[in-house]
Amino acid sequence: MSLLETKGLTMHFPLHGGFLGRNRGFVKAVDGVDLSIKAGRTLGLVGESGCGKTTLGRCIVRAYEPTSGSIMFDGVDLAPLSEKQLKPYRAQVRLIFQDPHSSLDPRTTLRDIIAEPLRVQESGSRDEIDDKVASLLRRVGLRAEYAHRYPHAFSGGERQRVVIARALATEPRLVVADEAVSALDVSVRAQILNLLRDLQEESGLTYLFVSHDLGIVEHVADDVAVMYVGKLVESASTEELYSKPLHPYTEALLSAVPDPDPASRGQRERIKLLGEIADPSRVPAGCPFHPRCGYAEARCASEVPQLREIGGRKVACHLAEQLDLMGVLTATTAP
Amino acid sequence: MQPLLEVRELRTHFELSDGVVKAVDGVSLSVPRGRTLAVVGESGCGKSVTARSILRLVEKPARIVGGEILLYDDAPDTKPLDLLAAKDKRLRQVRWADIAMVFQEPMASLSLVHTIGDQIIEAVRLHENVGKQAARDRAIEMLDRVGIPDPKRRVDSYPFQLSGGMRQRAMIAMALSCRPRLLIADEPTTALDVTTQAQILDLLQDLQQEFGMAIMLITHDLGVAAQVADEVAVMYLGEVVEQGPASAVLSNPKHPYTQALVRSVPRLGLRGKDRLVAVRGTVPPPYERPTGCRFHPRCDSFMAGKCDVTVPVRVRSDEIDVACLLYGEEER
Repeated sequence: MSLLETKGLTMHFPLHGGFLGRNRGFVKAVDGVDLSIKAGRTLGLVGESGCGKTTLGRCIVRAYEPTSGSIMFDGVDLAPLSEKQLKPYRAQVRLIFQDPHSSLDPRTTLRDIIAEPLRVQESGSRDEIDDKVASLLRRVGLRAEYAHRYPHAFSGGERQRVVIARALATEPRLVVADEAVSALDVSVRAQILNLLRDLQEESGLTYLFVSHDLGIVEHVADDVAVMYVGKLVESASTEELYSKPLHPYTEALLSAVPDPDPASRGQRERIKLLGEIADPSRVPAGCPFHPRCGYAEARCASEVPQLREIGGRKVACHLAEQLDLMGVLTATTAP
Repeated sequence: MQPLLEVRELRTHFELSDGVVKAVDGVSLSVPRGRTLAVVGESGCGKSVTARSILRLVEKPARIVGGEILLYDDAPDTKPLDLLAAKDKRLRQVRWADIAMVFQEPMASLSLVHTIGDQIIEAVRLHENVGKQAARDRAIEMLDRVGIPDPKRRVDSYPFQLSGGMRQRAMIAMALSCRPRLLIADEPTTALDVTTQAQILDLLQDLQQEFGMAIMLITHDLGVAAQVADEVAVMYLGEVVEQGPASAVLSNPKHPYTQALVRSVPRLGLRGKDRLVAVRGTVPPPYERPTGCRFHPRCDSFMAGKCDVTVPVRVRSDEIDVACLLYGEEER
């Protein structure tokens, strides 16, 4: 069963300017997104910067009030709820931020940082909260004695553990991890990814893992959704999507990832994407990807492709059936 | 063959009120002519400070306290120029004309109140005796060469009018406008998307073939290094622990740190639900460098009584220069 399901989720930001600050149009950051995540699974959400993936994550945790559409969480639509009605769900849906250096208050001890969501939820006495903080610190691989120290005393990886501990304090069911490891060094990144996986196994957490790094997403996600200028262009299980993409944009993204094996150099044919991601306030007509697409035909410039189902996966491309796109060689098929 | 640039025992220290941070502490590496050297390492390993020290672009509280940076001439028997000992005036000639640099965040290194054309023209005219119009033509030609569409119009754009990828292209155009022999690129693609990153890396390789310059690429991304580098130098805590051909260092590394680093990167296509192998522990605090081998507290091959006492010297093993006590006497 799906723990989270969005239908037609839309977030438009008005553009003001000119005479008397009149509205000059909208930035269509998220434009009619349908996605679902099954309980206990990880959905990877990928795309270039400016594609709306962060805005989508923030709509789901209701940091933004979406323009339209629904966010069904465990049978309840979160989109229209008031701040007061949202309170119980604030504990169940949590966000992990990207940068552990700016998301922790430098003048607050780890104990108060981690206890803050508990205080808001008014759960437990002082001693209970102290015990809870100590056990959370241990769960994320830090020592309980660190509770009275300040964030500056810790490295980037340790701070990200604190951010995770804070997110877990209210025992959430869904965690939106927005570029949760992007600011970390490679050696530390592996530790944090392993921690996120252990936590999922222990307590059946569900993750929406927002990232621009396709290598990491392949490693952590069960399913992947690809976004381009506010819309989903493809979603499938990780294995299907990486081995056989159906959308030309997915193919181009996969082929742009640098492979750390020098032997692969020159072996893979790289698909060169022309230009840059479209401006979400001036989305091209037809398929938003057509100006950069090497396969585009006449109708791609006029007809908007709908997200449709092909063999149990979803793709928004007129030519999905005709194209034979290149995925990533998997370990079993590689020579 | 004589290298283009040789860094010997470079030491750049930050003299702070709490103590001295030895950000670069005995770095030795060489940049081959017309080829690409990637310097890889995690944040805080001193790779950017090394790059800046080459052009003496370090400011207080940082200070270059020792070492040599030798820039060799094209003619084989001339004496190299030591950039650390050179007079300021001589060094200014070397910057841009011989060695140019591209930074990670183009917005921070471009002037916001001048057009990109004016900035390129200024650099060209400072180093070459050319007229305004000729310099402007050169600017347009370089913008065209780095793939900026409509360069005749774009030359009069301000940096804020360009996208991130275009700004980085403009930076590269400016850096190459005086045809340097060495381009130092400090994380040139880190702030960019993968698709734009691929475009910029391709561009750098094309330009290298065309102009025959050497590139020193500073990166934390082993994938980027593997795709563009001929040589790789791996840094840890202010030292180069390993340098050799890219194919050898990345697919068959000698130093336990490089081995751990290579294992910790997820590779496309090697999907498995198995855990990533992380490097143990964390980088030690900057004021307390471990004794002996600086990697020993995190090393899986730690030998008590040896690694924590003896500072490893660089030895050659196969084609790789490595600073680790596992490779020692018998191979020397």
